[in-house]
Amino acid sequence: MFDILLDLDYTPFIISFKLATITTLLLFILSVPLAWYLSQSRSKIKPFLEALTALPIVLPPSVLGFYILVALSSNSPLGAFFENYLGINLVFSFTGLVVASCFYSLPFMVQPLQSGFSGLNQHMLEASYLSGKGKFVTLYKVALPNIKPALLTAVVVTFAHTVGEFGVVLMVGGSIPDETKVASVAIYEMVEMMDYTKAHLYSAIMVLLSFTVLLSVYIFNAKEKKILG
Amino acid sequence: MIEIDVEKKLYGANGTMKLDVTLQIAQGEFIALSGKSGSGKSTFLRILAGLDEAKGEIEVSGKSWLNRKKTLPPQQREIGFVFQDYALFENMSVLDNLLFVSKDLALAQKLLAITELTQLKKQFPKRLSGGQKQRVSLCRAMMRRPKLLLLDEPLSALDAVMRAKLQQEILTLHREFATTTIMVSHDPSEMYRLASRVIILDNGTVTDDGMPKDILLKTKGSQKFSFEGELLEIKEVDVIKIAIVAIGQQIVEIVVSDAEVQNLQIGDKLQLSTKAFSPIVSAF
Repeated sequence: MFDILLDLDYTPFIISFKLATITTLLLFILSVPLAWYLSQSRSKIKPFLEALTALPIVLPPSVLGFYILVALSSNSPLGAFFENYLGINLVFSFTGLVVASCFYSLPFMVQPLQSGFSGLNQHMLEASYLSGKGKFVTLYKVALPNIKPALLTAVVVTFAHTVGEFGVVLMVGGSIPDETKVASVAIYEMVEMMDYTKAHLYSAIMVLLSFTVLLSVYIFNAKEKKILG
Repeated sequence: MIEIDVEKKLYGANGTMKLDVTLQIAQGEFIALSGKSGSGKSTFLRILAGLDEAKGEIEVSGKSWLNRKKTLPPQQREIGFVFQDYALFENMSVLDNLLFVSKDLALAQKLLAITELTQLKKQFPKRLSGGQKQRVSLCRAMMRRPKLLLLDEPLSALDAVMRAKLQQEILTLHREFATTTIMVSHDPSEMYRLASRVIILDNGTVTDDGMPKDILLKTKGSQKFSFEGELLEIKEVDVIKIAIVAIGQQIVEIVVSDAEVQNLQIGDKLQLSTKAFSPIVSAF
């Protein structure tokens, strides 16, 4: 039993977690201003932005993957720009996976943050403005520290969701060993090759890891609620 | 000197209403702003603070906060604002709530001493009582050394004892810093105790403006006591009728004549007055 575990190739897991870490970090930086804007804005374009951010939840991963593939390929202006000027090939590469994951997981970062910001006492934010502080200081010193549970939920769900993604990764990244073959894709291939022992092990590891991560979030949030309540 | 001439269209429960207020306020005045709910009091304060938009002009000690060309944002108006719901920064201790506004530690300590909060300066807002929170909020508003202090029903969520204590502290702070203050209030005793001028707002316009005693003392004529109350019940006991009336926090029974009962309905607002010349007064 231990021999099988020791002989197992863990590279797909490492790629999965590397992808999830980078995606989560990038999305956090991009989503905090976006979620803040959406929570504070009464502009007419707000519903459009909200619908656009939520789109990856309802679209089949194949649709999303197809469009991202088209947009990133060297035949499109965007893909050509990256390839000619920056020397980055966005299709069937790890960089391309990161870009695709950012689109795919965007709502999972934006939505908890937005609902956290919207739930804040508006008077508290106004009190900050009345203290002479601008939007930036108010966001980082008052708003963010007061939505800790939402913050944690956003980060963890985005991370877990990126680890769990399959369709988009397969379409945009292909299944290049040690480059774009993530855990979920590796399991798919094992099942296809009827290597059920390894498929079982990989799957069990995924279930265990995902459950542990989610459990810690819920335990933290329950504690946080107890302190706040 | 503060000169205000503002107007704004409001959408309330009774359709649209125009808020139109022209006021001159002298340096150091303490104004109590009263009126029915929905009369535009809170909106007026928010316009002064720059939290709500309006047309018109606001000039404070020669500096324009609002005119046709520009609207100064709240950050650039020297305003202290106290919300009814305290609105403290939950992630900061009492002292940090104050220092967030300005790094003036000496001022923060002085304010905490005046409001007897020094012991609690390391506590977080969630551990404080309502009265303590509102004192912190008051101190925080003073940290900017504001030219204008705006209090939006600051004490209405507190019980009577705490209210009296905070009234005293507001008065102490006002004497200490001589900050021009506008306080929204519904409590006549509070207004009488604190304010040097009372303004009544109705349907968006000023309907009364003067000294507290001229506006609040309703004992015109020869009656000596006058209370406002709400009729709860009329009981028939043998041959007389007794009205049960709520006056403030107290329920009282009053004998009423048949003729008086004719005009009364449960839930009516009543004015009760008497010509008693030798009331019994005792402290408690």
